[in-house]
Amino acid sequence: MRTYAYYPGCSLEGTAKEYDRSLRAVAPLLGIHLAELHDWSCCGSSAAHATSHHLGLALAARNLNLAVPRSGQPADLLVPCAMCYNRLRVTARELAADPGLRADVETEIGAPFAGGPVKTRALPEVLWKDVGPEAISQAVVHPLDGLKIACYYGCLLVRPMEATGWDDAEDPKSLDDIVAATGAEPVVWSHKVECCGGGLSISRRELVGKLVADILTAAQDAGADAIVTACPMCHANLDTRQGLAAAAAGRPLAVPVLYITQLLGLACGLPERKLSLRSHLTSVGPLLAKIRDLKNQAQAAGEGGS
Amino acid sequence: MKVLDLAQDCVPGFAAEVSRLSGTNVESCYACGKCSAGCPLSSAMDYQPHQILRMVQLGLRDEVLSARAIWLCASCITCTVRCPREVKLAQVMDALRSLSRRTGAVPGDRKVVAFYRSFLDFVRGGGRLHELGMTLAYKLRSGDLLGDIDLGLKMMLRGKLKPLPARIKGRSDVAGIFRRVREAEGQQAEDRKPQVQELKGRQAKHREGAAE
Amino acid sequence: MPRVGVFICWCGSNIAGTVDIARVVEAVAEMPQVVHVEDNKYTCSEPGQASIRKAVSDHRLDRVVVAACSPRMHENTFRKTIAAAGLNPYLLEVANLREQCSWVHEDKEAATVKAIDLVRMAVAKVCRHVPLFTSQSPVTKRAVVIGGGIAGIQAALDIADAGHEVVLVERTPSLGGHMAQLDKTFPTLDCSACILTPKMVEVAQHPKITIYAYSEVEKVDGYVGNFTVTIRRKARSVDETRCTGCGVCMTRCPSNVPNEFDVGLGKRKAIYVPFPQAVPNKATIDREHCIYYQRGRCRICERVCEAKAIVFDQPDELIEVQAGAIVAATGYAQFDHSVYGEYGYGQYPDVITGLEFERLVCASGPTEGKIKRPSDGRIPETVVFIKCVGSRDENKGVSYCSRTCCMYTAKHAILTREKIPGSRVYIFYMDVRTAGKGYEEFYRRATEEYGARYVRGRVSRIYPKGGRLVVVGEDTILGRKAVVEADMVVLAAAMVPQPDAGAIARTLGVSYDQDGFLTEAHPKLRPVETNTAGVFLAGACQGPKDIPDTVAQASAAASKAAALLCREALETEAMIASVDESRCSGCLWCEAVCPYKAITAKTITERVRGKNVSRTVAEVNKSLCHGCGACTVACRDGAMNLLGFTNQQILAEVEAVCL
Repeated sequence: MRTYAYYPGCSLEGTAKEYDRSLRAVAPLLGIHLAELHDWSCCGSSAAHATSHHLGLALAARNLNLAVPRSGQPADLLVPCAMCYNRLRVTARELAADPGLRADVETEIGAPFAGGPVKTRALPEVLWKDVGPEAISQAVVHPLDGLKIACYYGCLLVRPMEATGWDDAEDPKSLDDIVAATGAEPVVWSHKVECCGGGLSISRRELVGKLVADILTAAQDAGADAIVTACPMCHANLDTRQGLAAAAAGRPLAVPVLYITQLLGLACGLPERKLSLRSHLTSVGPLLAKIRDLKNQAQAAGEGGS
Repeated sequence: MKVLDLAQDCVPGFAAEVSRLSGTNVESCYACGKCSAGCPLSSAMDYQPHQILRMVQLGLRDEVLSARAIWLCASCITCTVRCPREVKLAQVMDALRSLSRRTGAVPGDRKVVAFYRSFLDFVRGGGRLHELGMTLAYKLRSGDLLGDIDLGLKMMLRGKLKPLPARIKGRSDVAGIFRRVREAEGQQAEDRKPQVQELKGRQAKHREGAAE
Repeated sequence: MPRVGVFICWCGSNIAGTVDIARVVEAVAEMPQVVHVEDNKYTCSEPGQASIRKAVSDHRLDRVVVAACSPRMHENTFRKTIAAAGLNPYLLEVANLREQCSWVHEDKEAATVKAIDLVRMAVAKVCRHVPLFTSQSPVTKRAVVIGGGIAGIQAALDIADAGHEVVLVERTPSLGGHMAQLDKTFPTLDCSACILTPKMVEVAQHPKITIYAYSEVEKVDGYVGNFTVTIRRKARSVDETRCTGCGVCMTRCPSNVPNEFDVGLGKRKAIYVPFPQAVPNKATIDREHCIYYQRGRCRICERVCEAKAIVFDQPDELIEVQAGAIVAATGYAQFDHSVYGEYGYGQYPDVITGLEFERLVCASGPTEGKIKRPSDGRIPETVVFIKCVGSRDENKGVSYCSRTCCMYTAKHAILTREKIPGSRVYIFYMDVRTAGKGYEEFYRRATEEYGARYVRGRVSRIYPKGGRLVVVGEDTILGRKAVVEADMVVLAAAMVPQPDAGAIARTLGVSYDQDGFLTEAHPKLRPVETNTAGVFLAGACQGPKDIPDTVAQASAAASKAAALLCREALETEAMIASVDESRCSGCLWCEAVCPYKAITAKTITERVRGKNVSRTVAEVNKSLCHGCGACTVACRDGAMNLLGFTNQQILAEVEAVCL
């Protein structure tokens, strides 16, 4: 068991609660113990850095400080939300590179910045590098062979390379390898890192609809049964804007969108209710049915052979 | 389109200021267009990303700070990653939005600005985002009252929208951060006033000279 | 007692405008060893020089100081003047009253005082000058040209036509270089092989040229006029004297290997001649892919070779060639575009480079000149060309412009429209650079006559969709994103130096720049020489260039080499390092710091207390030493001195101005 400090981020308490629930459910099966940061606050998301450089840095810096224990080395900080992850990483880099800036931000947060040594980790990074595809396959109870998954990374897990760096910015592989470890087939498709529209979902939903249309179309054309993602914003856009997307694409688009932790949970034998699959807007019913069918087929084939 | 007077319309020092604020050299850009080609939102923008940068280079301050493009930017960072001149365009967009807000320019996209404002209001109040509250505040601000009603209801039925706002113990810390940042920004504006005056004076002289 | 004459120049008003010449003359006349002082308006003129000569004779001067402009301007002039008057030319010192005095000071009083000091220093130094002499070194009348592409071929022909012997060394099995891979050349669209092969044959038949193909230069020793070049003749496993180039072995060889000549798009056999017009037309066995060498079986070629030319155990051969001049013509390579994730990391088979496209469109290529998609062999209907891939890209490529791509892309567009009627051609560009003769007209033909559509803007992404490729670019002129579905995408990949350019440079002892191109001695005035005497540059190894510029530069390098080889002997520099063997401890730190490899160890024998004792001292090679002075600084004993700038002379200057 390895303990990670845990920063859920605001959306995991609300619209992305499936992510938080499924992560907490599947973590112990993968040797991950989560110690939530006490009294964490919002990282600022896009709203802060997009309107005020210092506000973005200060809000993130406060949380990095929280990850520093009273004594000893800080545990790695696991951040499932791609936006929070990106903000914490970028902030740490900027403050390390510019002492003058750091001094200003310390004034703004009203405390010295001690969060430099904190290692902020993204969820796919931890699953890929720390847990590893081998350990994941060993934890798999219901292999998802026959299932085709389009791994959608979005923007902030892989860009910019200076802040992230653990996977490729144009053709990343971490989620693909993790999905492959469950037995499912990660499809080769063109929109792995194409932006979904991010924070424009509420204010400019028609634009998000177009971008989501491109992503869903590409996933469908690649033969995917579902899309898997590791970002609450991407999930929200891909899951809740399928109606707008279908209108923009001029064709029906109903592709279930799962968090990577939900897919892992299914493969590791966790019940559906623990993974909050039914709170998605785009129905996962057909997907679950297919998984059941594939399982029955595999069992039948196994019995037939023996 | 108005004729561009390279001497009069261009605010000297603007490009340098944006370079400084964004931590990248805007003069490196040779307008190859790769950023615009890879930008997911460029088709909806009034100016393409490479045109925004061109306007910064030329010092077309008022136009660029009231452009819609800077608010439609989703900070996906594709532009920065692919730029052959290593211009950090995403950071330039951040800087332009920040300048736009601080100089009181008319925002190029009221809805996006309203969204960011509502978001930050709730963070300042409770320390964490309250999604429901933010959405309602946004609707009032933007006038988009009926949009996404169905989506909102579905989300609430699935328990995805917390009814009550978060109130963390450290919310006064967070409020303090907001206050101190605003103060520092106000101070910077004060510090810049003599420079701004000088700029305005130079522009006035240009016009006088041209008039004679 | 030295008899110093001082000649102070007005240089029109350049010096006299700031420095009070009369006061300087007055002060100089008081200086101890000065027996004659005069001033002149333009000392470098014929009357001025005549005046010096007369003064040397009239006043029996044995040392001369000219206080005028920078010695860089006229030191040689005045040396010749006093030599004509019978003095050793190195008994001269120039005091720089212009660039170091009148041109950089406004205060006339201070400038005059400084001028007097400068002359005082010069007088003190020149009193310690001794006569210096150059020596002669012989010149081997042979040139080694490294690289058998068009640059090397042209240089070899020109040097040989001037009457000197040439050894042409080429790394691949045949001459021709990249030009042999091209289909048609801009701006005339004449067939590359048709204009190249006659020259290749001329080289082969030239009585003064020896070709070593499938060979590499391993080591270069010596100095200008006297190089020793060690060449490794790699084993072809074929006896060149017996092989007739009949080609039967190739038809029977069972191995199929990607063909380098076709940039991997076609196949060849393990025993092969790279292309039909190869010179020398001899087979070569690629040991890494030959079944016999890898697994010990086969040997079919040996069985079918009527000339009995196959020699499986043939070893490499090392030979030494003496040469007076070396011409580096090692050419270029194509940038590896697989660094671009946005273009597919080199994995999409229908995204190819300009050189690969040349092979497709070339009649001798893998598709017999038909432009076909590498993935499925279909003829493409829409072809997209992207320029500046790797070029002008500090992020993932090189910062410079590769110079040739604008023209060859226009050429490719024309060829595509010609060969595939009804095809659509799009070219994404940043600029169109058409600087040569007839180039702009050629580009206009591509657009106006052949209908190639140029779109101004870079491409952000290429991705596959339904067997085609989606190209996402921008029209920056309209300010709109521009996408197109293409059947084939051709990337104009940058022109980069050979991957081992650094090693080549170090072997030759020349410098290379941050991009790996070999460095010329002066970018404007000495473009084909290097800072290493006797080594010249030709072609793309010095910087990206097209065929016309390459041929011009090759001829230029050849003329420099030929001029060198014409001489019976070379005069060495007189102001070189000199070892005082009585003080030299033999530590050889000087050898370590010498950038010209001019210092070696020497054993001398002396009689010490009645016994013969041998010890090591440093020895300076008079031909290689450039007089840089680094060894004099490194020398711990003060045994090393730079003739013409000895420690004693410099100290005399210091004392003159300080005491």
